Amino acid sequence: MSRGFAPLSDTKAEPLVRFESVSRRFGGVAAVDRLSLDIYRNEFFALLGPSGCGKTTLLRLLAGFERPDEGRITLGGLDIAATPPHRRPVNMMFQSYALFPHLTVAGNIAFGLRQDGIAKAVIAARVDEMLALVKLEGFATRRPDQLSGGQRQRVALARSLAKRPQVLLLDEPMAALDRKLREQTQFELMDLQARLGLTFVIVTHDQGEAMTVAHRIAVMERGRIVQAATPAEIYEQPQSRWVAEFVGDVNLIEGVVLETGAGEAVIGDNGGRRYRVAADAATGAQVSIALRPEKIRIHAAPAPHDAPNAMRGRVCDIGYLGGISIYKVRLDDGVTLKAAVANVARNSGQTFGTQDEVWLSWPPDAAVVLTR
Amino acid sequence: MAKKSVGQDAEGAVSPRARLLVAVPYLWLLGFFLAPFLIVLKISLSETAIAQPPYVPVLDFAAGLRGVADFLAGLSFANYITIAGDDIYIFSYLKSLKVAAVSTAILLLCGVALAYAIARAPRRAQPLLVMLVVLPFWTSFLIRVYAWINILQRDGLLNQALIWLGLTDQPATWLATDTAVYIGLVYSYLPFMVLPLYASFEKLDESLLEAAADLGCPRWKAFFVVTLPLAWRGLGAGALLCFVPIVGEFVVPDLLGGSDAAMIGQTLWTEFFANKDWPVASAVAVVLVVLLTAPIAVYQHLQTREIEARQ
Repeated sequence: MSRGFAPLSDTKAEPLVRFESVSRRFGGVAAVDRLSLDIYRNEFFALLGPSGCGKTTLLRLLAGFERPDEGRITLGGLDIAATPPHRRPVNMMFQSYALFPHLTVAGNIAFGLRQDGIAKAVIAARVDEMLALVKLEGFATRRPDQLSGGQRQRVALARSLAKRPQVLLLDEPMAALDRKLREQTQFELMDLQARLGLTFVIVTHDQGEAMTVAHRIAVMERGRIVQAATPAEIYEQPQSRWVAEFVGDVNLIEGVVLETGAGEAVIGDNGGRRYRVAADAATGAQVSIALRPEKIRIHAAPAPHDAPNAMRGRVCDIGYLGGISIYKVRLDDGVTLKAAVANVARNSGQTFGTQDEVWLSWPPDAAVVLTR
Repeated sequence: MAKKSVGQDAEGAVSPRARLLVAVPYLWLLGFFLAPFLIVLKISLSETAIAQPPYVPVLDFAAGLRGVADFLAGLSFANYITIAGDDIYIFSYLKSLKVAAVSTAILLLCGVALAYAIARAPRRAQPLLVMLVVLPFWTSFLIRVYAWINILQRDGLLNQALIWLGLTDQPATWLATDTAVYIGLVYSYLPFMVLPLYASFEKLDESLLEAAADLGCPRWKAFFVVTLPLAWRGLGAGALLCFVPIVGEFVVPDLLGGSDAAMIGQTLWTEFFANKDWPVASAVAVVLVVLLTAPIAVYQHLQTREIEARQ
């Protein structure tokens, strides 16, 4: 499927969902704090953040289970603040699935349709269609407690899709699945979203999940969005130390900008080392260099003299993860950097052992300079 | 898929320890229900007599096998035929069933409202509210029913309040009417309805109501299509706990009700204490037990079916 969806490049696109400076407080603590956000039609949008960051509250505001204390929420241009949950054209898949235990699978899927007074034959046809969509044909008469966790998850998905909502809200939909099933379900969700052409908003604390499924990710911290961008942008162009550390693994090197010019800055750290980074930065600014472990090269011999950002160190720890190995390298001044190396060949063993002397280097455009 | 229950070994045989454990409730039933019931059953097949005890035949073990034969020959179904042929008993049974059905219906309405309100109250307030429901048990049942006589009598609190509010200028007759019986029964049995219902409502997962709302079901409707169906076990238990004892209730109709149509409990009391006719009183009691077994059996059947459906 195509992942080339880029609503932000289309400046004329009207957002489907718009949060305008929305706040929601619980006993004086702001779960959502003056937050603004646009979500576009056909977008698979992820809200990513640690627990307690307000991502679920944001979802519940959209579903109507919470009312904003301040600000406006619009859906298709209409303010939905006063619309109760049962009148909103959005449906939610609950983290606990919230399947009705007294109804069969078919009864659960038909529940929403029945509320709209749709003809019985139409409902039956739609239920069959939904069962086929989530590959649960033949399970129509089972009850939720006769299903496995993965099957229940599918019923919950089918139920929330049965009414063809304008926006489907997914609250940690895969939290209760084991890893294998979770990965499989992630791809199925992406496929489903593309096929149905619906807008999905998913809440997750799992960055891998958000990166996999979403077109765009909003990273949340303490009720605010710290960055909303495509997964690649979030990873390669984090806007703050917090985002860089929350999404993926990162080395953060503190320093001061010494020189600037020609799109490159020279940054000096406390140990007197100088780094060349491709970035625009103001001279004298206190900055962090964010450097992903896989972008650091590791050599057994001294790097050529003109290699940028070359450093000598000693391997102090190795984490073997199968596909890659993480080397923790202690530099001469005690700073530890993590470098990731893909284990390309089988049976070659570790390229380096602990206590080996190694040289690290990285090109100037491998790192990002962060001021926040 | 067969699941092994506790106490079963690898071959599925029940261990002696588990057998003993299972036997305890059966022994209890045997000692405190079946044995007395058999005694009552035996008396119901006897004939009244001016003697000590006031019925014949009495099993005479001293006479050996001959005594047993005499005893068995003396038993008869005459009392049951009497009951079946006399309007007083049939009307008493019907009246009891009617009063129990109406009271249980009123209790269901009040109990559901009260239990639901408690279950929706702030979590910290709930133990206190449940405590308040149970609090009347701290006072003797009899005294509480006597208190109702005070409230319901001609110059009682109820009439005073009605006159003071200007709703009526003449005191109404409450005491010795069916209304008084219903008031007394609903008052007395409300905790037995509220407690099982509260236990059911309290367990209800709030996210199910949110899911219902999310799927387009307004709150009031969700109560009927989600909350009540999920509380059916509590509804059944509460209804049984009220219906069964109300059918045999004696104190409330005797103290608050009129003298025109007696409930079966009163008829039984009259036979036993006033007429000293133990055999007929026993026959009345046996028929009552048989009548009341029916609703319990239905509830049991439904529950078993649900448990089987889960496996």
